[in-house]
Formats: sequence, C-alpha cells, structure tokens
Amino acid sequence: MTGAATLRALGARLRGADRAVLAAIGCNVLLLIAGALYDANFLSLDYLLLQLQVASFLGVIATGVLLVVLLGHIDLSIPWVVTLGGMMSTATAGHTGIVGSLAIPVAIACGAGFGIANGIGVAYLRVPSMIFTLATNTIAQGLMVVHTGGFAPQDHATPAMHFLAVERTIPGIPNAVWVWAALGGATVAMLRRTGFGRRIYAIGNGERAVYLSRGHVGRVVIACFAISGACSAFAGVLLAGYSTKAYQAMGDPYLLSAIAAVVLGGANILGGRGSYLGTVAGVILVTLLQSILSIAQISDAGRQVIYGTVIIAMLLAYGRRPKGVS
Amino acid sequence: MEGISKHYGGVRALDGAGLRCARGRIHAVLGENGAGKSTLIKVLSGVVRPDAGRIELDGAPVELRRPADAQRLGIVSVFQELSLMPDLTVADNIGIVDPPRRWGMIDARAQRRRAEAALARLGVTDIHPLAPVRDLPLSRRQLVEIAKALARDPKLLILDEATSALAAADVASVFGVLRALRDQGLAIVFISHRMHEIDEIADDCSVFRNGRHVASFAAGERTPNQIIEMMIGRDYDSVFPPRPPGPASPAGPDGPPPALQVTRLSWAGRLRDISFEVRPGEVVGLGGLDGQGQRELLLALFGAVTGVTGEIAVGGKRVVLSSPRATRLPGGGIALVPEDRKTEGLMLAMSVRDNLSFAALDQLSRLGVIDRGAEQSAVAGVAELLRIRSDGLDGPVAALSGGNQQKVVIGKWLLTRPQIILLADPTRGIDVGTKQELYQLLRRLAAERAALVLHSTDYAELIGCCDRVLILYDGAIVRELEGSAITEHNIVAAAHNLPAGEPA
Amino acid sequence: MTGRRSDLGYWLAAQRGPLAAAALFAAMFALFVAKHPAGLSGSVVNTAANKGVLLALVAMAQTLPVLTSGLDLSVGSVFVMTNCLASTTLAGTPVQIGLGIAAVLGAGIACGAINGLVVVVGRLQPIIATLATGAIYQGIALWLRPAPGGDVHEGFADFMTSSLHDAVPVSLLILIATVVVIWLPYRRTALGRAAYAIGSSEQAAYMSGVPVARAKFATYVLAGLFAAVAGLLLTCVTESGEANALLAGSYTLSSIAAVVLGGTALYGGAGGVIGTIFGAFVLRTIGDLLFVFDMDALSQPLFLGVVLLVSVSLGSLRLLRVKRRLDLYR
Repeated sequence: MTGAATLRALGARLRGADRAVLAAIGCNVLLLIAGALYDANFLSLDYLLLQLQVASFLGVIATGVLLVVLLGHIDLSIPWVVTLGGMMSTATAGHTGIVGSLAIPVAIACGAGFGIANGIGVAYLRVPSMIFTLATNTIAQGLMVVHTGGFAPQDHATPAMHFLAVERTIPGIPNAVWVWAALGGATVAMLRRTGFGRRIYAIGNGERAVYLSRGHVGRVVIACFAISGACSAFAGVLLAGYSTKAYQAMGDPYLLSAIAAVVLGGANILGGRGSYLGTVAGVILVTLLQSILSIAQISDAGRQVIYGTVIIAMLLAYGRRPKGVS
Repeated sequence: MEGISKHYGGVRALDGAGLRCARGRIHAVLGENGAGKSTLIKVLSGVVRPDAGRIELDGAPVELRRPADAQRLGIVSVFQELSLMPDLTVADNIGIVDPPRRWGMIDARAQRRRAEAALARLGVTDIHPLAPVRDLPLSRRQLVEIAKALARDPKLLILDEATSALAAADVASVFGVLRALRDQGLAIVFISHRMHEIDEIADDCSVFRNGRHVASFAAGERTPNQIIEMMIGRDYDSVFPPRPPGPASPAGPDGPPPALQVTRLSWAGRLRDISFEVRPGEVVGLGGLDGQGQRELLLALFGAVTGVTGEIAVGGKRVVLSSPRATRLPGGGIALVPEDRKTEGLMLAMSVRDNLSFAALDQLSRLGVIDRGAEQSAVAGVAELLRIRSDGLDGPVAALSGGNQQKVVIGKWLLTRPQIILLADPTRGIDVGTKQELYQLLRRLAAERAALVLHSTDYAELIGCCDRVLILYDGAIVRELEGSAITEHNIVAAAHNLPAGEPA
Repeated sequence: MTGRRSDLGYWLAAQRGPLAAAALFAAMFALFVAKHPAGLSGSVVNTAANKGVLLALVAMAQTLPVLTSGLDLSVGSVFVMTNCLASTTLAGTPVQIGLGIAAVLGAGIACGAINGLVVVVGRLQPIIATLATGAIYQGIALWLRPAPGGDVHEGFADFMTSSLHDAVPVSLLILIATVVVIWLPYRRTALGRAAYAIGSSEQAAYMSGVPVARAKFATYVLAGLFAAVAGLLLTCVTESGEANALLAGSYTLSSIAAVVLGGTALYGGAGGVIGTIFGAFVLRTIGDLLFVFDMDALSQPLFLGVVLLVSVSLGSLRLLRVKRRLDLYR
C-alpha cells in the first residue's frame, strides 16, 4: 500500500465508530476532573490503581459481553454465572489434594458449560438470546440455591484466587489489572487478526449472508457464548478471591453495569459494531462514575437518579441512532 | 422538478437534475444505476431531501420533508423494495394510512371491501384480503403493493421497477389499468430496465446519466440502441458477447466427467425428479415462469435446504450437501450468487475488502490468523479484474451502486476459485452497462472451464448467454433447449407447458 | 400461493400463540385446584388472582413496546415507584383517594412519556435507554420511601384485594376493565395498528407514511400507565410501599418471559396483550403448583428455570418442519 493510501485507511478507521470511543475517553477525563474537584486524593496513584483493580472485575465480564453483543445477541445469564463461578471455585477449594488446586479451572469450566448451553439454545434451537439466557440464569440460580441450601457458603477462596484478585506484584499494579490486560490483549488480537473475529463482526452484520458464504454461524455463536460464560465465571472467581468468600447474588450488580459499559464504549447493541478499546473506556467510565457517586456521599436515591441521568446524557451525546429509519 | 442536487458524502447523486411530467401521460425514466433516477424519485416521494432545487406540483411549489407529506399531496410511489409489512394482512397493508373509520376505530369490514375492490381493479382474484403478506410469493406481493398505491387515489403515480417480479400476464393486466388511469388524467412516472415494457407503455421518455438529465423525447422517436447509448454514454453494439460455437467440451465416456450431475433430485414437492448435467465450460440457463422451482433448485444445489432426495455429483464424485459448508470441495466447489444481494450476499455495513475476502478467509489464513498481505493482494486483484468502482476498498459496501455490489458478491466467490457457479437472477435491478460487463464476465468464466447455472427471469438473457436452457414447470424440467433452439418463442411456449410449435 | 382458507381459518391462525398460552394456563390451573386441599374455593381463586394480576399488568406494559420491536426494562421500576407513591397518597377521604389514584396513574404516564421521549426523540436504543431510566425511577422510589412503610386506607385496600360475592376477585375485574377500556380500543385504532406495522417492518411503515414517532411514543406511555395500575394494586395488596430493587428487577425479567410465553415475538409485529396475560398467569401458577405438590422450597427457582427453558424451547420444535434451512437465518 502506498503511503497516501495508508493514511487514508487510517483516517477511515479513526472516523466512524471510533468517534464513540474518543467520546468515552473524553467522558472519563471529565469524570476524573470532577472527582478531583471534590477530593484532591481522587487523582492519587493509590486511588487510581484501586479504581483499576475494581474495574478489572467488571472488565473481565464486559469482555464476554462485548463478544456476545457484537454477534447481535445478549447474555442475561451473567448474574448467576458469576455467582456460580465464585461458589464452584470456593467449593472445589474445600477439597484436599489435587482436586482442591483445580478450583479456578473447575469454575471456568462450569461457566463455559453454561455458555455452551446458551449457544446451543440460541444458534440451534433459535430461541431469542434474551429469553434463553434469562432461563439459564434462573437455572444457575436454582442450582446455587440447592447447592448452598439458601445460606451463605462457608467455603473459602484459595490462595491462588486471592493472589490474582488482591495481591500486587510488579510494580505495585494489582494483579487483577494484569489479568484483565492479558485477557484484553488476547481479545483484541482475536477480533482484529483472526478469521474467527472477522466472522463475529460478520454475523452481527448479516447472519444470512454469512450462512450463504459458507460461514459456520453455529460454531461461532456457541464459542462466543462459551467465552462469555467463562469470563463471567472467572470474574466470580476473582470476586471470591477479593472477598475470600462467595456470597449469594454476588453477580447481580454486574449485569447492567457490563451492558452499560459495552454500549457506552460505542458498541451497537444490535450487533456488528464495537471495539475492545471502547469497552475498556466504557468499563473505566462506569467504575469511575460509581466511585464518584459513592464518595460524594449522596443518598442511595440520589445516586440512582444521577447514575441513570448521566448514562442517558452520555448516550445522547454520542450513542444515538442515525436519523431516519435504521 | 428543477435544478435538484443531492450529495451523499463525496458522491454526487444528482447534479441539477430536472423532470417534467404532464397529466394524462406515462413518462418513462431511463438510466443506469448511479445515474440518479432512484434518487430523483426518492426526492419526489419525500423519502430523501434534496440539497438544492425546486419541486412544483400543478404549478405550485411544494416542500416534501417526509413520505407522508408527498402522499398527502397525492404523490404515491411504488418502490422496488416493497413497503409492505409482512406480519400484517393484505387488507391492513392496503389500508395502512387513512383507513376507513367508525367511532375513531378502524372499520375492518369497510377496509376489507376497499382492499377487495383495489385488487379486483387489477384483475387479481386469488389473493385473500385476510392473508398475511408474509405468506405471499414475491409476485403477489408486488401486486398488493400496486393495489395499495392505486387505493390512495393518486394524482401522480411513481413506479420504480414495480413489475420486476411479475409474470407476463400480470404485467399485461397492470398495464391495462395504468392506461385506463392515464386516460382519466393521472400522471405516471415509470422506471424500468426492461426495454420492451417501456416500448409498450410509455408516452414520453427521459434519460439520465451521472446525475444529470440528458434528453427527453416522445416514445418512438429514438431507437432502443440510441437510447442505450444515451444512457451509457458510449458506443453500444450488442449487449451479449458472442457464444463460442459447438459444445463446450466433448461429452461421452472419453471426455472429462461433467462438472455437475444431478440425478432424480426431488424436494418437498417443490422439485420433482430433476435430472441434468453441466459440463465444464458450459452455461446452462434455468427458465420458466416465476415460482416453478428455479430458486429452490439453486438452493438445493447449494445445501441450503434439507430433505433432498436424489443424487448430486460434482466432477464425477457423489456429494451430500447438508449445508452450504459442504459446497467447499477439493476441485473448487460450488458457489452461489444469491437472489437478494443486500441481505444474502453482502454484509452491508462492512467494508468492500471484508466482504470480498469473506468466503475465502480460510484460504487466506494460517492457523486462524488472517494473512493481511495475502488478503490485500487477493482483494485488490479481484477488484481490478471486475472493475469494481468504489471510493476505496475500505469504504462500506452499502455505498456502492447495485451493479457494483453484485460485482462484489461475484468477486467474493471468485476468490474461492469455484468449479461450479450458481447464479440466481444476478442482473435484476442492474443497469445496462454493468449487465454487459457481467455477461462478458460469465463468458470468460466459462472459457476458464467453470460450469455455470444461470437462473434468469429475462429471456433475452437466457437467449444471449446460455449454451443450453432448461425450462422448469411445476418443479420439473419440461423442456431442454440447445443452441439455436433457444428462442423467445420456444422458451415462452415451454414455460407455459405448451408443446413446441416451431422447428429448431 | 394463498390457500383456500375461510375467514375463521385466518383468524385462528393469527391467534395461535394466545390460544396455546390460554390452554396451558387452563391445564395448569385445573391441576393446581385439583391438588389444593381447599379446591376451587373463593379464597384460593382470590389469592391466585391477586398475584397473577400484578404480573399480568406489568407484562401488559412490557408487551406494548415489544410490539414495535423495542423493549422497556424500566417497567419493574415504574411498578415499584408507583407503589411507593401510592403508599403516600392512598389515604384520607374518598375524594383524596381518588386524587391519589389519579396522581399515581399520572406518574406512570409521565414515566412512560420520559421513556418515549428518550427512545423516539433521543433516538437511543430502547434496551439501554430504559435501563438507565429504570435506575432513575428506582432512585425516585427510594426518595419517596427510604424505608418500607406507608399509610393506606384500609377499607379501600381490602376492597381492592377482595372478591365480589366471594367468587370474582376485584383485581381480576380491574384487569379485565383495563383490557376492555384501554387495550381493545387502542388495538383497533390506526395508532395501535401502527405499532404492529412498525414491529413488522419499520422501514416499510415509514415509507408508507405511518406516523412512526407518534405510534412508538404512545406504546411507551401506555406501558407506563399499565405499570402504574399494577403499582396501585400492589399497594393495596401489601398496604405499604417499598423501594425494593430486587422486586423491580424480578418483575421486569418475568414480564419479558410472560410476553414470550404468551406468543408475542420479541422481534415485534405480532402477538398482543391477551396472550401475555395468560403467559403471566402460567408463570405464577408454576410457583403455586410447586407449593401444592409439596416440592422443596429450595428447588423452586431451579424448577422454574427448567420449565421456562423447556417452554421457550418448545417453539423450536417447529424448526423440524422447516425445510429451507436458509429461512432460519434472519
């Protein structure tokens, strides 16, 4: 490619969907300024790293959500698959010997299993993803209620889980952030450089055309839901590591935050458009917003209202559908 | 309309275009896709707002900001993309705006009577007003669309490719109604790519090219060739490249096995006992009336249907096509250029490059990772070969004209080097210039030993492109025409399942 | 080609979904009544109706935006918020109670209008827009009732939750009245039909000159209204107001399930409120059935989930009949 053509291509990339990403990054900056105005400590390195750590948990979940949303689907089973991940890992950790050390893989496998079930229901049974994942969410909840007898489980997290979630190695950055970064890097590479990633965008843009172009729609859908389930379960593992315990409904707050993060990052909820960079910006944005609201010592009621209003304001700024009919 | 201009990004769709249509006249608008006819019509219908220009209706200037504005003024349009709601009934669709009312609510019985009257006026008897539009085949839907337009009592009726899916008999009834309405003083603007239709119905013609008005004249003042030359702006001899004489490759046990051999193929009562073969380098056409199984046959040959009985053999070897993925075969496989390029052939929001490389992704990747360099050169190569005109390969494919979009669909398949290419009405809604390019492309692909199966609703195409033509009737092959026996008379006769009257 | 079908044949084909849901509910309720020690008594019917009608109303609210292929994830929050509002206004003289009812319904309409503005004028995707407005309404609920409580006129509440002649629950009558007075007329107006048109093909509706913006806005407003009626009823049932976020979330998600069970497609364009009502009743009866069959309370959520999964997958059986695989992909 000639230099001029390269520049033109770059320009084309920067325009379009990435405008939303730039807007999301801009909003993040605004939030940081707002927080700093309230309390100077907001911009301290310690506090920012803490924010990143908390954001990592949401970020892991949002990774899976992004893939599913790119397909044009939605995964409402996140709340209880997260809880499933937390509880399965701590329960496995309760066993001694080799089984006990498999806590994390077991939890991830359980999440992936639910994801595969979701994928089969959506891709082969052709049930709308919203309703199918709603049903699997209820089943996951049912399984966990039976498993724990309705009480908070007494199992503890493994040292490994704690290490990943809480400890800091080099150079003072929480491990959770490294975990998120690794996951994110792999996802970006997958989306931009592999055929699998290309097919994800294609399915979100036109399933019919993909089918008639010899694309394997079913396999890609199942894989994405499996990844989403695995990510949710893994996030549950990290959360359990963070609090050293799993608890009922630990995944509930994350569903809406994850969807908000992905959409605020510029992804189209109907599929086909979105980038991981945008999701990262969206995750940080949601985390910062929630932190500011809790620091500012506004009542519960006020927090909710402001949270909702800010999201709408941001969406009105850069998340609108084009004029005329879609 | 005067001085109408419209930009879409860097593309000038209309550049000071104008149109004058008088009452009681049928005015045909001609031009290639990209010439601006569709945009001009959309401006007139209120779907699109012009950047500049004036529109006057009956001498009074009007402003059309949305389709409802145009409709209130009596401008009614019938577009190629139908404006029917599939889940609603025929009666609901016809009466969707301004239905008959009683106490504020819709009077269903009066609405149904209105629908029946509208359909009867078109001579249609086999559409039940309570049937959901979803259940109707495309040709019936077009009739409902026309009935809906007529029920609005228009002052100006615009028909954009409104008869493209209709059989000859239906077209005749519609034209009868149009002539009657014209005699009552209705002004009609008619767009079609079918010259014989324009010959039959038009009083006046206007030609557009590159967003500008080229000429207007009364019908009959110019020859078809002159008109086409005005449309494409260059010398124009014949649309179709010459067919090579003789069979494409020797048949019989000494020659290579046929590229495609179909034996007693049946499916769901829609296809009955179909047997034929296609040799490498041959172009076989599928003709016949609309809805006789041609589309289903192509889908069956591509693995997009289940429950197929009978045998399909590619290159002499039997294959079982359980899904489109099974069409990927060592010798090159089978490719399908589908009927609806926008929803079945392309991912509209993605770039031209991504669309072109999509079917060949596996070949362009190593261990799942796409080889950008290989993709680049492959895509550039095929875009060059097909002369795809676009604003850079990274732009969205939705911005291309219909003809160029179809080239992208074909290009996508060419990258997989297919052995057999199935084409479902590939030139529907495409301008003459690109059609010519496509015909030459088909001939070239045949010369390179690909086997082509071409379904077309345009018998001129079947005559001009094909070495052999199979006519389908009610899901079975009723006639096979070869070489000089492929004539309009034979095709039409066979399509109606009449015995052949003319010697070959 | 269109087959030779009678008018009745076409009508029946269109009502397939609601009829199936109604049949399923009838079967389940019969089973429940048969197994219940008290049988088909007035009190059994009354309790079942009060619970079922609440979900039915919220699900009715959800049905309307779904018809236009939109969604309203704030119905649960409006439900809870109007409950909290009602717990402050449903007291005093009959005139005051009347004004209180009007205020609550007005609040519901206002919420619906806000949703409509954000989706139609703001041109935001309904999923995320109503998610955000839901948070706002939840916040308002918390502001109205930081802690559960309230002052509700006992006589009024008792009446609303009672049964006339010990047989016909008042709540059921309210449901029927809502359907007859609001839904049926709406469905037969041009605006109501426009909602179906938009869900079927928004592009085609726009090109045909259908007032897309107005029709969509109306669906969100009506949704708010229905949710407010539900909130009013909840206040009568619990005789208090509580800003329960979990309840709001659970009702929102259950309303989506009820809509699907009742035969309305999530893609819009087909279905209706009648089917949804039966879908809601089915969901509620599942819980009752488990109780009556002495199933372990702990297994309830699991059983509910499995039943939901199976019932939505049942629709996939028709896939076996689809011969053109291509048609499976939208």
